[in-house]
Amino acid sequence: MNAPYIGQSIKRTEDQRFITGGGTYTDDVNVVGQTYAYFLRSPHAHAKIRGINFAKAKAAAGVVGIYTGEDLTAAKVGGLPCGWLITSVDGQPMKEPPHPLLAQGKVRHVGDQVAVVIAESLHQAKDAAELIEVDYEMLPAVVNAADARKPGVPLVHDDVPHNTCYTWAIGAKDVVDKAFASASHVTTLEFNNNRLIPNAIEPRAALAQYSRGDEAYTLHVANQNPHVERLLMTAFVLGLPEHKVRVIAPDVGGGFGSKIFLYAEETVITWASKQVNRPIKWTAERSESFVTDAHGRDHVTKAELAMDKSGKFLAMRVHTTANLGAYLSTFASSVPTILYATLLAGQYTTPAIYCEVTAVFTNTVPVDAYRGAGRPEATYVIERLVETAAREMKLAPAEIRKRNFITQFPYQTPVALCYDTGNYGATLEAAMKLADAAGFEARRKQAADRGKLRGLGYSTYIEACGLAPSNIAGSLGARAGLYEAGEVRFHPTGSVSVFTGSHSHGQGHETTFAQVVADKLGIPIENITIVHGDTGRIPFGMGTYGSRSIAVGGAAIVKAIDKIIDKGKKIAAHLLEASADDITFKDGVFSVAGSDKKKTIAEVAFASYVPHNYPLDKLEPGLNETAFYDPPNFTYPAGSHICEVEIDGDTGATKIVSFTAVDDFGNVINPMIVEGQVHGGLAQGIGQALLEGCAYDAESGQLITGSYMDYAMPRADDVPSFKVDTKVTACTHNALGVKGCGEAGAIGAPAAVINAITDALGVKDIAMPATAERVWRAMNTKSKKAK
Amino acid sequence: MHAFDFQRPATLKDAAAFLKKNETARVLGGGQSLIPTLKMRLAQTPALVDVTRLEELRAVKLEAAVLTVGAGLRHSEVATHKDVLIGVPALARVAAGIGDRQVRNMGTLGGSLANNDPAADYPAAVLGLGATIHTNRRSLAADKFFTGLYETALKPGEIITSVEFPLPKRAAYVKFKQPASRFALVGVFVSEGAGHVRVAVTGAGNAGVFRMKDMEKKLAEKFAMESIAKSKIATDKLLSDIHASGEYRAHLIGVLAQRAVAAAIAGKYQ
Amino acid sequence: MTIPVSLTVNGKAVGVDIDPRTLLSQLLRDHLHLTGTHIGCDTGQCGACTVHVDGRAVKACNIFAAQVDGAAVTTIEGIGGANGALHPMQAAFREHHGLQCGFCTPGMIMNAIELVQKHPNPSEDTVRAELDGNLCRCTGYHNIVKAVIAGAANMKG
Repeated sequence: MNAPYIGQSIKRTEDQRFITGGGTYTDDVNVVGQTYAYFLRSPHAHAKIRGINFAKAKAAAGVVGIYTGEDLTAAKVGGLPCGWLITSVDGQPMKEPPHPLLAQGKVRHVGDQVAVVIAESLHQAKDAAELIEVDYEMLPAVVNAADARKPGVPLVHDDVPHNTCYTWAIGAKDVVDKAFASASHVTTLEFNNNRLIPNAIEPRAALAQYSRGDEAYTLHVANQNPHVERLLMTAFVLGLPEHKVRVIAPDVGGGFGSKIFLYAEETVITWASKQVNRPIKWTAERSESFVTDAHGRDHVTKAELAMDKSGKFLAMRVHTTANLGAYLSTFASSVPTILYATLLAGQYTTPAIYCEVTAVFTNTVPVDAYRGAGRPEATYVIERLVETAAREMKLAPAEIRKRNFITQFPYQTPVALCYDTGNYGATLEAAMKLADAAGFEARRKQAADRGKLRGLGYSTYIEACGLAPSNIAGSLGARAGLYEAGEVRFHPTGSVSVFTGSHSHGQGHETTFAQVVADKLGIPIENITIVHGDTGRIPFGMGTYGSRSIAVGGAAIVKAIDKIIDKGKKIAAHLLEASADDITFKDGVFSVAGSDKKKTIAEVAFASYVPHNYPLDKLEPGLNETAFYDPPNFTYPAGSHICEVEIDGDTGATKIVSFTAVDDFGNVINPMIVEGQVHGGLAQGIGQALLEGCAYDAESGQLITGSYMDYAMPRADDVPSFKVDTKVTACTHNALGVKGCGEAGAIGAPAAVINAITDALGVKDIAMPATAERVWRAMNTKSKKAK
Repeated sequence: MHAFDFQRPATLKDAAAFLKKNETARVLGGGQSLIPTLKMRLAQTPALVDVTRLEELRAVKLEAAVLTVGAGLRHSEVATHKDVLIGVPALARVAAGIGDRQVRNMGTLGGSLANNDPAADYPAAVLGLGATIHTNRRSLAADKFFTGLYETALKPGEIITSVEFPLPKRAAYVKFKQPASRFALVGVFVSEGAGHVRVAVTGAGNAGVFRMKDMEKKLAEKFAMESIAKSKIATDKLLSDIHASGEYRAHLIGVLAQRAVAAAIAGKYQ
Repeated sequence: MTIPVSLTVNGKAVGVDIDPRTLLSQLLRDHLHLTGTHIGCDTGQCGACTVHVDGRAVKACNIFAAQVDGAAVTTIEGIGGANGALHPMQAAFREHHGLQCGFCTPGMIMNAIELVQKHPNPSEDTVRAELDGNLCRCTGYHNIVKAVIAGAANMKG
């Protein structure tokens, strides 16, 4: 493989260890003297703890320590913080009830942790946990968002009236109401955005070690942002000095948002590792993951779209109730607000938008960011409305979209965002061609002849990613900056280590980032190592989520490279006896303009580390630069998804016969990796639309879909081979012209699938997941009506 | 998991002797259903008796009118065994569709029957073919064997040794999978023998696998899809859960039974 | 209480006295430090722990080590050739980007190898159907399916 590397489908360097079983995931790390933690969890959705008796458990074989909430209170350990402050329409800050690491007198969801048992073996820890007697006083539970504010419903937190965390709004309500009053047509839909369970295949895991000698902690943890994890844990919960804690997120087996957050388990064992003076390992069993990993989505929404008689959108009005679960998870408050309502313009020129969001607590697992985080919910609202409007207005789905597409950039939406660039018509045209939309009616007829119902559904989505300009995020309530850090270190022999605050848990940064570095520095890709996931080695980092790694983390690296080249020019000028202004840098070589004098960057690096002939009076030795990059705007990937389904008229079983995605991610560094990201996102989006529905029992608050026996994960035969392509409008405000691709599939797909199914059935709506029974019932209801 | 003793008897006699002395010990087949319940501490046992190595449980014999399959055969072995493919190809197809390929490489016929999961495939085939279950103590007709959810007529310590299937004239099994577990949401096994028809349904009954005797009567008159096209299926004894209502399961029984008849006629076994 | 278990793992004889509760996956990971066999669930669905026992693909977290006494076990660490050469299926996964986070990958590859031994020329539908014992959350399966088909061709050569 030769330069330029950018734009090439270079095979991934990280794969060698993964395909040979040589990866190092947290649970693969073992240390001498290691003990095992087991968390005793609440079997009830809502209960008071009248007492805990662990006398017998403490005496059990192999037990090293048992701790409850009382121990943590005594040690002045705090609760888990929330990183985003949302202000209600009445000007009051959101309600932030305590989020204890171990229950304090009350449990609020099935799986809430009550005590931790640390023992020499996991068997012993579990045996001892069985001996703990917890005296629960059962309380009635509420699990559904739609029920949470009803009168007489139990309060999840005694001091949070109506279970309401906040009621937040965006947009000019008066203007919107006025536009609705004068509209010639209004399309209305009411639906749920189903709760999902992220299910990265590697369960969460942590290994905490305390070193008595230097009073320092080392925590290995399956996490997407180790610096954020460390900051939150030390500053807000444990009160430890940040410099005495090293957080390592080694190979991580998928995240999808669920490993962004600071969780109780790793925090408790970090604290406890000092108490027992032994390393402690905790690895979630899958059944624990189901009741402790932050869930995703779970909205109840009423959405309306006002149009004039030509189908031109005049205004949109959205009311959403978002289920936050029992506690505020790390970024929970931002997901149904900042990451949701600001996206409601979609790809359209809708001039007025109003959205009101009420966020409620329930006796369920906390809900937070899951792949797409707010943007899939927004896209679902828009694209279901638009498709339904097209049917009601008797316009082709592509036509109604084209009539409303934004075509002039930059474009200021009525919901705060300013899109820098895009070409929505181009992706739609390309997708229609790739999907052979023109041939669909013929295929529909052929299917009907075989007793099958075919449908075609569109979804033209936009997302805001590359989070985020820190000052804008701060003004919207973020309690952290959202820049990224990168460090580029030449070694004396000319190879390069790059330290990035982004974290790869499947995205392939070790390859993609190396492609960028190789081209920018003009050195072979083999001479570059990308280092991530270790607060002990990397200056700082905000981590990987929100499709931000290449757009923010990559840009930070490029900024550091620019500094390297600047310094290199000065060194080369000295070596070549020229003025730095006359030095040019290209393909790894510094040259004096208009001469054949040159030095390779490796020679310059060597000179910097062996500064015998070196301008020591003007320059420091060494060639090692760090940069922090704070983006000036979000990036705005967009695309068109088209789904074609075929439904078995006898059983209601839906098969996706074709799925097409044409996306605009700006410039593409590695097309193979980008396509892979799209494939994965699509499968998760299809999973939401067809298979995945987290279900709680409304009475008992028990999680019914608590294992893979009941929570339907997409398998290989649930999804088709995908037709994927890209169109490029380069991002205007970052050095690489990139936008980010990680979430697009999960954002666009659900609406495309449901639009296809409702097209096939000729019904207005169907709930997600559109199971065979739901489809069958929709067919029945329709045929009864027809009679 | 709670602690237990692990026995690997060399002969059926030794296995039976141990189980006689330790009545709460459990027989271990492939363990594909039992092990997860032990892991999650949903079940416990003082001892497991691994019977999968017993040669007495591994024979397959095809005779003029019956096929006998050892209880220790793994699903993947049943699915590909020459005598099964010749004698009761529909049974091979049932085995080939159980669980997933890794499960089929461990799970055994005897283990599946003793577990009697209400959504398992084998019970439908055994009941739908009118098979006889042989144990180390006696022989039991399929109609007497399955007694409820996860319950059978087996006595403590009794070991299934083989299953004897009368050769049908034609048979087929059609399954609609529960999307998460991939067990049968509904599965229907239909067989036509000398002068009789059997229709067995798994996945749908609130007491496990059961026969559809109305359908059997109509199909015995004429073995054709249309014979059962208008069957009324009562929902009162059907399972209703998050995966499907009783009403939908009833509907699927009708659809799948017709498809099974069509497959049997076409010799496709599904 | 322990029980003696003898077997070969990746061609090497192993003899251990273990708690009968020891799962094959625990024997491999905790006793033999073969951590390429991963644990992704507790109900036997995800397939990340897939290894070969006497050539059969099975889920190591759903089998007691005592059940495979006397057997030949092969793990992801044991399928490559001499001098670190990749198995053709490993090479196909890399070539076709059949992995992202890598966690399901060892199980996928181990299942795929046996799948191809049973179906030397698998169609896309066959591959998709026969991978139903393995969950992947990253790839959407698209490139895994491509890799398995390519790996099947490579395994002939």
